[in-house]
Amino acid sequence: MRNLIISLCAVLFGLIGGAILMAVTGHDPIEGYRYLFQGGLKNASRFGDTLATGTPLIFTGLSVAFAFRTGLFNIGAAGQMLFGGFCATVVGLNIDTARPLLLLLMILAAIAGGAVWAFIPGLLKARFNVHEVVSTIMMNWIAYWTIYYAVPAYLKAEQIETESRSLADKATLRSPFLSDMFGGSYVNLGLFLAVIVVIVIAFIINKTTLGYELKAVGFNRHSAEYAGIGVNRSIITSMLISGALAGLAGLAQYAGNGNNIQIGILPSQGYDGIAVALLGANSPLGVLVSALFFGLLYSGRGFMNAMTEIPPEIADSIIAIIIYFAATSVLMDRLITRFMSKRRSTMAATAGGKEKV
Amino acid sequence: MWLTIQQIFPYAIMFTIPLLITALGGLFSERSGVVNIGLEGLMVIGAFAAAYTMYELQTAWPGHEVAAIWIGLLVAIAAGTVFSLLHAFASIHLSANQVISGTAINMIAGAITVFLSRNITGSGNIRLPGGLPSFDVWGFANIPVIGPLLFTKTYWTTWIILAVVLLSSLILRKTAFGLRLRSCGEYPQAAEAAGVNVRKMRYIGVLISGAFAGLGGGIHLVTIAGEFTGTVSGLGFLALAALIFGQWRPLGILAATLFFGFASTVANVSQVIPQLASIPPIFLKVFPYVVTLIALVLFSKTSQAPKAAGEVFDSGKR
Repeated sequence: MRNLIISLCAVLFGLIGGAILMAVTGHDPIEGYRYLFQGGLKNASRFGDTLATGTPLIFTGLSVAFAFRTGLFNIGAAGQMLFGGFCATVVGLNIDTARPLLLLLMILAAIAGGAVWAFIPGLLKARFNVHEVVSTIMMNWIAYWTIYYAVPAYLKAEQIETESRSLADKATLRSPFLSDMFGGSYVNLGLFLAVIVVIVIAFIINKTTLGYELKAVGFNRHSAEYAGIGVNRSIITSMLISGALAGLAGLAQYAGNGNNIQIGILPSQGYDGIAVALLGANSPLGVLVSALFFGLLYSGRGFMNAMTEIPPEIADSIIAIIIYFAATSVLMDRLITRFMSKRRSTMAATAGGKEKV
Repeated sequence: MWLTIQQIFPYAIMFTIPLLITALGGLFSERSGVVNIGLEGLMVIGAFAAAYTMYELQTAWPGHEVAAIWIGLLVAIAAGTVFSLLHAFASIHLSANQVISGTAINMIAGAITVFLSRNITGSGNIRLPGGLPSFDVWGFANIPVIGPLLFTKTYWTTWIILAVVLLSSLILRKTAFGLRLRSCGEYPQAAEAAGVNVRKMRYIGVLISGAFAGLGGGIHLVTIAGEFTGTVSGLGFLALAALIFGQWRPLGILAATLFFGFASTVANVSQVIPQLASIPPIFLKVFPYVVTLIALVLFSKTSQAPKAAGEVFDSGKR
């Protein structure tokens, strides 16, 4: 309950911050927000785009949240996503089989790519106690440069040097059925995959021994070890799963929402995943909701930019402000506590007053 | 080959300097006990502030390009300092997770600067009228061997930053202030017991990192980029790597950033220079990050990292 209030407050402050930004730069915030939300919700097609934009965020948010539960800060979701997406693209471009098998292979490739990229920081943490924040940042940039040189060398498009060849339609998560249902939106099977994964991860965290052990390590590493839980093994397992989830984000982005992989960009969904996890209080359901909310902001900004003079980066700014307030939740926690105790005392006072009367 | 080296050297040093000053800023912050992964964002803020100042001065005070650059750099320092207050406030007063707060700094900086510059120029990029002019150091440039390598095509900023590094090294090792700052990053409870105001020292540490990173972003803008594009393409994270690889010591950072500066420069020019074309550029580009990972492993037992960096200061804890 308290988490929910904190998250809602963070969102509120983020929206207020965005409104101030718009007002300071001489735009009308109310009009801006109207078009921003219209742009993401106005009709079936726009709503579909919102869902699609949120899909990779669900995966990266889950990835960060899952590692968080084990007390690990996976700041490398961007690199894992990039490498997972790259592996899936390699499979999709080079293997030609029946669609279900091909998609399965691509999913496995994305999982493997992301997991490998997260395994290294996990191993370094477990074996040498290297802080995962630093090592995952390094892995992000190693992924960035690996893709930067690997794509032009092996997957280059005919004309364009900065992106890979396009995947054939059967090698993407696109589904004509879904697109038609949402009036031509690019919403795709990735959304279903994401929902399934949310359920699976919720099950793992809440109902299995593995989840219990991982959470125990997250709460207190030393007492978990004392209780006979293999801490090092848990750290590596947690990073593997976290990386696999980020890898799936790469699949959803590069072979679902898009159909090729670009170089020279570290996907913003990686860092946004931290915001998603934070806002969703690291619970799978919370992640799902907050990812779709961010998806709404991102998909509505184009429409807002078309209808007003407000630059689309307002969406990124709002999200960034939200994460700052979510990070400083102590402030809100104090405010809530003060508010509650004040209300309790006034209630007690009025109750006491009544008794006297 | 000699000619190649002679051509690469000034570029490598030019590339090193913004990295060096930013990493040095990170050093002050981490030595005081606050991890600052917001260096990238602070650099972006510095670059934006410098670019915007120069853009405005171009019309308001035409004909003074070089003076405008120096004013721009001062504004970059101020902007970085003010922006780092956000990180300092969150991580020192509100006990926020320092990594999350730093990430938020990066995201806010990246988003808001582009938002503002789109409002200003319409495109999100701010092009500079001109860069900082380079010069050959009088007399020294004629010295054989080191003359052409170290004293040609240099910038005033290079010499200033090198002086700042030496000064920082002295301050951290030899002055009471330096000792107090470092003690706050090692064992803040003991520092407090000795009468040091831990919170104040940490504020100073973070604000210095903001000032230096802002300056780093500004220098990168006026010497290398020439245009503000809303990013410093990972230089802030590279500075973080240099901080670790340099084992949290000013001179170590100097060596590490020179190392990284050369690797990046060689990677950038390797395709044009026949002697280097045989090295795949990918190895040179990932090199800084890989050696940092290796350094982390090798130094994992004897790491010089400030012991309390990243921990919330709780004066009651023992």
